[in-house]
Formats: sequence, C-alpha cells, structure tokens
Amino acid sequence: MDTIIVVGLSHKTAPVELRERLAVPESRLGEALCRLCSYPAIREGLLLSTCNRVEVYAVVEEVEAGYASVQEFLADSHMSLSSEELTPHLYWYTGDRAISHLFRVAASLDSMIVGEPQILGQLKDAFEVALAHKTSDVILNKIVKKGISVAKRVRTETRISDTAVSVSYAAVELAKKIFSNLSEKTVLLVGAGEMAKLAARHLMNQGVHRVMISTRNPHNAVDLANRFNGVSIPFEDFRREMGEADIVLCSTGASHYLIHAEDVQRAIRQRMNRPIFLIDISVPRNIDPSVKDIDNAFLFDIDDLELHIENNREERRREAAKAERMIEDEVVVALQWLKSLEVTPTIVALRQRAEDIKRGELEKTLGRLANLSPQERSLVEGLASAIVNKLLHGPLVALKQEAHASSSAMFIEAARRFFNLDDATGSEAADDARESGRRAEAARPDVPVPAVDYADREGTTGEPDPGSQR
Amino acid sequence: MPVMFFMTTMGLYLVGTTSFLAYLLRRSEALSKVSLGVTALGFLFHTLALGSRMMASGQVPLTSFHEAMTFFSWALILVFLVVEIRQRIHVLGSFILPLALISLLSAAALPKEVPTLQPAVGTVWVHVTLSMLGTVGFAVAFVAGLMYLIQDGLLKSKRFNVLYAKLPPLDYLDHLNQQSIVFGFPLLTLGIIAGAISGVFAKGALLSWNPEQTWALVTWVFYFVVLIGRITVGWRAKRAAYLTIIGFAGVVLTFIGVVLKSHGPVT
Repeated sequence: MDTIIVVGLSHKTAPVELRERLAVPESRLGEALCRLCSYPAIREGLLLSTCNRVEVYAVVEEVEAGYASVQEFLADSHMSLSSEELTPHLYWYTGDRAISHLFRVAASLDSMIVGEPQILGQLKDAFEVALAHKTSDVILNKIVKKGISVAKRVRTETRISDTAVSVSYAAVELAKKIFSNLSEKTVLLVGAGEMAKLAARHLMNQGVHRVMISTRNPHNAVDLANRFNGVSIPFEDFRREMGEADIVLCSTGASHYLIHAEDVQRAIRQRMNRPIFLIDISVPRNIDPSVKDIDNAFLFDIDDLELHIENNREERRREAAKAERMIEDEVVVALQWLKSLEVTPTIVALRQRAEDIKRGELEKTLGRLANLSPQERSLVEGLASAIVNKLLHGPLVALKQEAHASSSAMFIEAARRFFNLDDATGSEAADDARESGRRAEAARPDVPVPAVDYADREGTTGEPDPGSQR
Repeated sequence: MPVMFFMTTMGLYLVGTTSFLAYLLRRSEALSKVSLGVTALGFLFHTLALGSRMMASGQVPLTSFHEAMTFFSWALILVFLVVEIRQRIHVLGSFILPLALISLLSAAALPKEVPTLQPAVGTVWVHVTLSMLGTVGFAVAFVAGLMYLIQDGLLKSKRFNVLYAKLPPLDYLDHLNQQSIVFGFPLLTLGIIAGAISGVFAKGALLSWNPEQTWALVTWVFYFVVLIGRITVGWRAKRAAYLTIIGFAGVVLTFIGVVLKSHGPVT
C-alpha cells in the first residue's frame, strides 16, 4: 500500500553548516528530483529546499525501503557528507504524521518565525518543479494542494501573520495607531541607519506620499532622496523643517541628542497641535527622552518597538495553537481520502453504485409495465443485470490487476471519478467542492497583503529575519 | 404595548452593553457580532416603542423629559449604527451603548404620563428634537474624546494591551470628535431658536433667563468657542478631547438641573 513519508532536517534539528551543504539551488532542483525518483522504492517525490530546511516528501510502498532510499539520496547530494554525519539530524515521519508535518510546514507553524509568509511560496515553487518533472502524482498532488489550501485557511482564519515581528515593521503598526491614513503623511528620515531606511521603505509601501531626508553627509542625503523619490534637506535645517513631518525616523551614529524638547515643541506649534510620531532607532539615542512628556508628541525608542513586537509574538503563539487544531482536523480528512484510494473499498463502492443504478432504473421501468408476467419480469431484470455486469467487468479486472502496480493510485482515482464514486459520500464531495472553490481563489493573481509583507532583511541588527527561509 | 417594547429595549441594551464591554477586554473579535446583533434588535424595539407611543397619544412623543431621554438614547444608537455600518469601528459600541443605556434608565425613572399641552406649545417637540439631536452630536464627541484620551495614555505609557489593539487611530478619533461637534452645533443652535420662538408664543418673551435657559446658552457659547478654537488656533487632539468632555459634563449637569427643578413636562 502506498504511504507518504518525509525525511529531512530543519533549523530545529541541524546547524546552518549542515543545512547549507544540503541545500539544493533552484537551478538544480529538477535534476535532484529526477535522481530521487530513480530509486525504485520511490513512487512520487517532492524536494523542499530553503535555507531553514531540506525535506524530501515521497510516496513509497515499503516505508523502510523508502527511508533508506531517501537517506542515501540526501547523503549522496553532497560529496563531503556521510550517512553517519547526517542521521542524527534527520527526522522521519510516515502516514498521518508525515501529512501533519507537511501541513504544519506549509502553514508556517514550523518556521523559525512562526507565521512568516515566505514558506508557502517556497512550497508552491517546489511543487511546481515536481509537477514540471512529473515526479509528483495523484497522491502528492492531492496532499500538497491540500497543504497549500490549509495554509491559506490558517492565514485567513487566524491572526497568525497579522502582526509585525520586526522592529522596522513595528514602526508601521505604531504609525497606524496614530494616523488612520498614511497616504497623506510625510516622513522625515534623519540619518541613514539601516533599520530606519527599512522602516521608511515599509511606510512608503503603505502609501506615505512624501519623504524628506537629512543626513550629515549631504551626498548621502541626495543619493537616498533619489532612491526614495524624496527631497533632501541640509542637516543643519532639519529641525526647522520638522513641523512638516508627521513621522520622524531618526537613526544616526551621533553620540548625543540631535532632537531636543524645544525642537519638538516648536514643530507641534507649527503643526497646530497635530500629533507627531517620532521613532528613535539609534543607540545611543538621538532624541531627548523628555520629548515623550510633550502633548501630541509620541516618541518611541528601540526598546518600545521591541516591547511592541514581544506582544505580537505572544499573539502569534496564541494563534498558532488555533492553527494546530485546524491542521489536526484537516489531516483526518486527508487520511480519509488516502484510504479511499485502496483497491478493495473502490471495488465495493463501484459494485454498490452499479447496483443502486440498476435497482433504481428497474423500479422505474417495471412500475410502468404493470401487465408483465412473472417470466417477463425476470427477463427484464436479467437484461439489466447482464448489461451492468458486462460493463463493469473490464474496469473491475483492470483495478484488480493494477492493485500492486506503481500506477494503482492513478487507476483508482480515475475509476472513482468516472463512476462518480465520491459523490455517494456527501462529506467528501463537499470537501472536494470546497477544495476546488479554494483553488479558484488561489488562481487569482496574488495581491500583496500589506500587513503580511514584511520581508525584512535586517541582518545588520541581529534581528531574526522573517524572510530567511530561503 | 409601548411599555412592553420599552422594557424589551432596555433589556436588550443591557445585554448589548455587557457584551460590548466584554468585547473590549477580550482578545476575540467574535463578541462584536453578538453585541451588534443585540444592539440592532434593541434598536428595532426602541423604534417600535417610540412609534407605538406616538400612535397611542396622537402626538409626537417629545414633550416630556421621559420622552426626550428616550429619543436621545434612540438617536445615539442610530448614529452608532450608521457609523458602525460605514466604518466598522466596533469598539465605539463599548462606549456608546453604556451611555444609551444610562439615558434609557434615567428615562425610566422619570414620569411616563403624556403631558397635556397648551395649544401654544404644541410645537415644542421641534425644539426638543433639534436640541436632543444636537446633544447626540456632543455625546459622540464626548465618547470620541474619551477614547482619544485613553489611546493617548496607552501610547504614551507604551501599554500595548487589548484595549490599545482595539481602539482606532488617534487622528480618526480626533476627526470623529470634530465631525460630531460640526454636526451637533448647528442643530443645537436651531433647537435654541425653536425654543425661543415657542417661548414667545407661550409666555410672550424670548428668554426668561431661568437657570436652564442660561445654562443652555452657556453650553452653546462653550461649543462655539471650541469649534472656533479648533479652526483658528489648533485646539485639536488632546485639548479638543478634554474640552468636549468638559462640555458634555456641562450638558449633563444642565439636564439634571432642569429635571430636578421641574420634574415633569417641559416648561
């Protein structure tokens, strides 16, 4: 009987030194997949390789033989690797646990940063490659698609990806608690610190319409102004121009306060008391902390942003628990489907279906032919039975013959579709309908979801990078 | 019949208030639907209560304080539902529902009998309707101001809790505050004019300078100054929030004063 297995390693089980040696570059993914499927034990295969995980999903007939083949495949993928070196870092799952693992990975529950959205795209890419090389067939197709739809459900029905987990994005979230519409706002960027630039970039993605940039080195400011499509302001003037800015992002290397309480007070007067949002990402701080006591000035330093993120992480953990429950349910559904792919239940269902049709039609016809003699009745019944049996003979023989062939799943799936066998059981049919509905939804071009789109690359700050799955 | 509708409304607003307050403190969004549903149902009964009372008495049910408070509560919920449908600010309900409930409870505490009007003050309902609608504007401004101060405080003290997550952005609240006064002020102005005209017919004098009339004028001047201050010298944000809270406290005091003094039909 065909079983799904997964063998792999991730950021949870293996150090980066090992992961990077195993990682398969995108250009060679197809080649690797073909090598994987050349093992006789492997019927279907999918290779998911990101910088946080390398995993092989496979459909095998014999679990042990499948495990051995995949391990050999992994060890062979890099010359300097031995099986002994690899084994302690690998995890092995089969059946429901393998499906559950796939669903959890897709839904980003197994990610370094839970809820980060990249992994789903990476899984889709890996699936595309498998489809292109025809290494994924009936079972993996169905299960991976299911995994993708489960991940989408998790994303829409829980708030797992709704909140920022990076400092620069936290600035956007805070800005949105002060200003309802960022598109009319002006940002003043003081200094060219990486995180401030990122935050400015996020704010622009949210529609901020004007950026003013001031750096100590005037060339830098002009350069940045070009990149951000903004205006540069001489460093000695930025305090006077501050009144025009709704959001001030400050991150310079200065060792003293650049913005004092008087500067902010003047800006607020110029702004007729409209609130001003100041973010100080510099260490040591560049904005005098006493600014926070000024009415309508909202000052946040790096610790405040971190605090904001910590709250979000808690929220994500809570939502992850919800997602786990959803996945448990979906695994049960997937297992039911897998079970339906076995030969015997399919044959039983096929016979039952034919019998139902025959009986229904007979009742209809005999009801109209009330004057038949018992002999004539039995002749009509015999005719119906003969037609049904002759028609079924071919498919039943084929199913029995293919039961142990590698293509059995395909035959069974085909039989179930030709004879509409899954319609009989309402729940599965409903599930399929839901599935295809979701697929239609998935076919729409992916509109970037702003709240989810925080592919920070904050390498310089030591902050974990949500986009680091690749 | 009107009494039954009235009691049902009160019961539903009580449930709505409880559920909206629970919504404010719970992380889940699910309660907002329940709260809204209950509120909408309450509003339906409220409308029936007003309608049936009008049918029963054969006149616009806006001549006693009981009726004025009932109408105030009804209009407040109406405004909330309109804002909610357009902008989905559920949390507004957590502040407006208690206010609507309180005004309904105080209506219940007042005498319910329909006052028999002298023909000359038959149009007094115009004065009451306009003044009450103006007051609804000030009530919403008050709620917006209160929410503004809470959110301002949470942001300043960096308490990113459930309340912080649920309250809308500061500038939205400030805008709501402004719009409510812009909506309420002209209505109150017209209400006062209508009252003065009624006064001329009833007593032959525009103003009798009794305490409630004096207070009403003081309130009017106060909101006028608040509005002008916002436009000219930037009395917005935190200051506007404080001012509208003080202004509404003045309105409430006027009400209490008038009710305690006359305890019955509008004089």
